[in-house]
Amino acid sequence: MISCKEVSRLVSASLDRPLTLRERFWLRLHLWRCRSCGNFAEQMNAMRAAMRRLARSPDDPPDRG
Amino acid sequence: MAPIAKEDLAELRRYLMRFALLHLRDRSRAEDAVQETLTAALEREDGFSGGSAVRTWLTGILKHKIIDVFRRQRRELATSELADDDAEGRDPDALFDAAGAWQTPPASWGDPAKMLEQKRFMETLEKCNGDLPERLAQVFTLREVTGLTTEEICSELGITPNNCNVMLYRARMGLRECLEKNWMTEGRPS
Repeated sequence: MISCKEVSRLVSASLDRPLTLRERFWLRLHLWRCRSCGNFAEQMNAMRAAMRRLARSPDDPPDRG
Repeated sequence: MAPIAKEDLAELRRYLMRFALLHLRDRSRAEDAVQETLTAALEREDGFSGGSAVRTWLTGILKHKIIDVFRRQRRELATSELADDDAEGRDPDALFDAAGAWQTPPASWGDPAKMLEQKRFMETLEKCNGDLPERLAQVFTLREVTGLTTEEICSELGITPNNCNVMLYRARMGLRECLEKNWMTEGRPS
């Protein structure tokens, strides 16, 4: 089994490149058992969606100093 | 060349400002980049007319302006004494124990679709993005907002692919930590 730390790196990498078959296998196996890393992966996807939405947001951004 | 309506120009300007601000994270720097973009566009006789393609075209020009600013910042950071200090943010390894297990296991943030509708979440995200160390933010916003590939980011900013991956990982971990601290705790009273 790979550790949560390694999983967090793989989840990040999966947002930037296709994972290898091996990586996908170990990632899936870990996520199958580990709810915490499942939550983490969900959060990473949500952050990506939210960043994209920020760029399209119709509101004027708040002024900053 | 069809003249562009005044309202359309204001709308375009607003869109470009959002785009520039997310990358440059500073209002006056963003305004400069947008101004330069619009000026460059107006100076081209063939290009600046209304229509759906104009926004894409302007965003393309703006993207180059942003990368120019990033390169300048990197040169300044390289010569500044602060360069090593806060350049890369907190080490994500500190979030795990010796065996690689989470120190604080991530809890669910709830329904992602609902979260995106939550104004406070989006505001906190923008603020946390603004707080990222400069070099991490450059790579992160080019990846997540502009949508460049890591290869493109590497060649534009002159960094190695490995370094690029490490920086993206650090940026994401940092952003997540910041959201946990500022949104989860205050946004959802226990």
